[in-house]
Amino acid sequence: MSELSRRTVLKGTTALAVAGMIGTKAYAQGIDELVIAYNVNLPSWDPTVGLSAVNPTLQGIYQSVFDQFILQQPDLSPAPGLITEWGWNDDKSQIWMKVREGVTWHDGSPFTAEDVAWSLTRAGDEATGNPIQFIWSTIGNIKADGNMVTADVVRFEPTIFKWMYFLTGYVLPKAYYEKVGPEGFEAAPIGTGPYMVDKFERNAFVRLKANPNYWGGKPEFETVTIKFVTDAASRVAEIESGNAHVTIEMPYEEYDRLKANANIEGTSAPISDIGMIFLNDVEPMLDENVRKAAALAIDKKLIIDRLLSGYGVPIDTLQTPDYIAYDPSITVGYDPDKAMELLAASGFSPDNPVKFKIQTTRGFKPKDYEIIQAIVGLWRKVGIEAEIEVYEIAKHFELRAADTLAPAAFYNWGNSVGDPTTSTGFAMFGPSPHSVWDGEDLVGMIGPLWGEADEEKRIQGWKDVDRYIADNALVIPLMQYVQPILHSSDVQVTPHASGALLPHLMKRS
Amino acid sequence: MRLLQTLLMRLAMMAITLFGAAVIVFVVIRVVPGNPIAMMLPPGASDEDIARLTAHYGLDKSIPEQFFVWLGGVLHGDFGTSISLRQPVMPLVLGRLPATLELSIFALVLAVIIGGAMALTGTRFRGGRTEAVIDVANGAGLSIPDFLWALVLILTLGVLYPVFHISGRISPSLDLPFTTQFYVFESILRLRFDLWWDLLKHMFMPALALAIPLAAIIGQLLKQSLKETMHLDYVVLARTKGYGENHVILFDALRNAVLPTLTLIGVQFTFLIGGTVIIERLFSYEGLGNMAIDAVINRDLPLIQGIVLVFALLFTVVNLVVDLTYALLNPRLRHA
Repeated sequence: MSELSRRTVLKGTTALAVAGMIGTKAYAQGIDELVIAYNVNLPSWDPTVGLSAVNPTLQGIYQSVFDQFILQQPDLSPAPGLITEWGWNDDKSQIWMKVREGVTWHDGSPFTAEDVAWSLTRAGDEATGNPIQFIWSTIGNIKADGNMVTADVVRFEPTIFKWMYFLTGYVLPKAYYEKVGPEGFEAAPIGTGPYMVDKFERNAFVRLKANPNYWGGKPEFETVTIKFVTDAASRVAEIESGNAHVTIEMPYEEYDRLKANANIEGTSAPISDIGMIFLNDVEPMLDENVRKAAALAIDKKLIIDRLLSGYGVPIDTLQTPDYIAYDPSITVGYDPDKAMELLAASGFSPDNPVKFKIQTTRGFKPKDYEIIQAIVGLWRKVGIEAEIEVYEIAKHFELRAADTLAPAAFYNWGNSVGDPTTSTGFAMFGPSPHSVWDGEDLVGMIGPLWGEADEEKRIQGWKDVDRYIADNALVIPLMQYVQPILHSSDVQVTPHASGALLPHLMKRS
Repeated sequence: MRLLQTLLMRLAMMAITLFGAAVIVFVVIRVVPGNPIAMMLPPGASDEDIARLTAHYGLDKSIPEQFFVWLGGVLHGDFGTSISLRQPVMPLVLGRLPATLELSIFALVLAVIIGGAMALTGTRFRGGRTEAVIDVANGAGLSIPDFLWALVLILTLGVLYPVFHISGRISPSLDLPFTTQFYVFESILRLRFDLWWDLLKHMFMPALALAIPLAAIIGQLLKQSLKETMHLDYVVLARTKGYGENHVILFDALRNAVLPTLTLIGVQFTFLIGGTVIIERLFSYEGLGNMAIDAVINRDLPLIQGIVLVFALLFTVVNLVVDLTYALLNPRLRHA
């Protein structure tokens, strides 16, 4: 073995010195420019049309630049935003909205009620390609008068105001959009939000400048750079090297390891995203004993503790504890003995198991495949032999829309508005292209709730639906996800229950 | 004249290859599971909505009909509109191609430098410990795939000692005066070495990850060729004339030994370009490969077709250039 010579030491020292000179900046000593390593790319700037408009992960970027009609607070509750007051008239044939005054667009032009009326009209126009047009078209004849906007109710939609802080519920600048057109808007978008777009390199980064005239107060960080780092290992490296100050969505093991670092802190909170198993109304799921046994044989707490490092909340309905129709009295529980009993009643046992296929993604959600492997292991003990089929998320959408999913299929469901229509409703209402359970009894229960005007009655109705679904095991809810956020100890991050990462809610420590 | 005939023949073959690639990719992405329409369905979509969307994107027609509609557009320079990005495909693809080309060329240069240096050093010190060390290094370079090298580089030069940038192509804080997407070349032409240096710091790790396996192949093959050449009469004659070993290797043996390596570099370069798909993703490098993954995830059929066609064109052009270079360098082929 060669000895360490003086020359070798000199070479090494020189190399390190040179590397130090060209090295990138490590942990920032006082952050001038906040850098966020984001987990998805931003395909398009228009938050009201196309695929990206309904991508929940992108809403944080959109909400940094644009305001929604109504503000949604970190706990999902609504608050005055560009619309400060809202409601229906007495016979619910009209809606009214009072528009905030003194707000300006990023180009300095005044924001008016006309912008709100135009944005709502545009959203309801089929030709614009708004994917939520079916909701926005429930109002019509939208008019602005002073700082008031009114609209006729075409079809009563109890959640119309909730959609105003949900997907595609954004206010865009009428005069500017009409002047520059869709291409011009895509190239230079403006909003009324806390940040203005300074520079955008598709698939690389967006650089934002604080809006000094933001009606909610100027954000703490003057400049925010959001780098699109789609690979989880690279995001972890970005935060670990100090190249980024904040990042989201990494393996929980990495989250636990890195938050022990002196320069890095971790913030984790449950978000409005759940893991669930769709059950299709095909054999053998037409046998209620099989469905109930499959639900009872899953130890959700064990799965969360072992596979998700404890980051998750077990759920028994499609409502999380933050949602308005959450009912803690609806429980399913873990009871393998009861599961075996039910299966025995249908002639199945560990020696003579009921067999079916379960589909899952792999790597689309944290430990999705491993969770299904664990569930299949638990099922095997009670007399269920499930064969796992891994598919891509695109195939899941295709099969679900065609109602040809396997008897069981793992999926995740987001509902950042917290209303039961957008969780249980769309997931379990047979005629919806997103539902695979077509039982007429359930369709009959859900149908009247879509237009129920009495809010108390509506919410109770959804709770009854959830109880019926749980009692009959028509779907298997698993867990509410927890979003891990790693950030520099120089930054304070306020998590948002919708899962949106909002730079204007970040402060210096 | 013979060379011109060969060139024309190869161009005709290129056109057939591209047509074949277009047909295959067009059919395959429509046959594999995953319907783009299903991915964009709103919760309240009715059967009419689904039919309307399907017709809007022309997916209601048979595959042959769809193909000829697309081919007609391509012949008029219209490659369709991206479903996910809602922009014309060709400007999107051509906007990304320069980034991938610059990365690939830089990786190739690195591979040639590293591989060439290893081959020359191994030949110079053949039979000794130095050659053994180079053989081990070659073995490691060959057996470890580029994406693993990428992770090793991210860990070492990105995290443990943050010398290079982990993600992106250029620092967001810099003002970019570029008029083309060839940032590296343009920064040199504009004498903006600050930008050039920043680009290099972003490009170095992904390029090195791509280069290492190719460098190992070059090192192994070139060393082998050099060692065989070292026993030939003309090399022995050069030695007897009194030239030193370094001179003999560089100016006598290398010239003949390099020809098989050159062919191999051409073939391997196309694999290297293919490797950018994963590497660009890992380093969030805004090239064509990164865009290809997003296109596949979103089942963006027009964009996938455009990217594959451009990749296919790139591969065939590279192969043609290699063949022509080989013919020019090899006197037996040149005068045949």
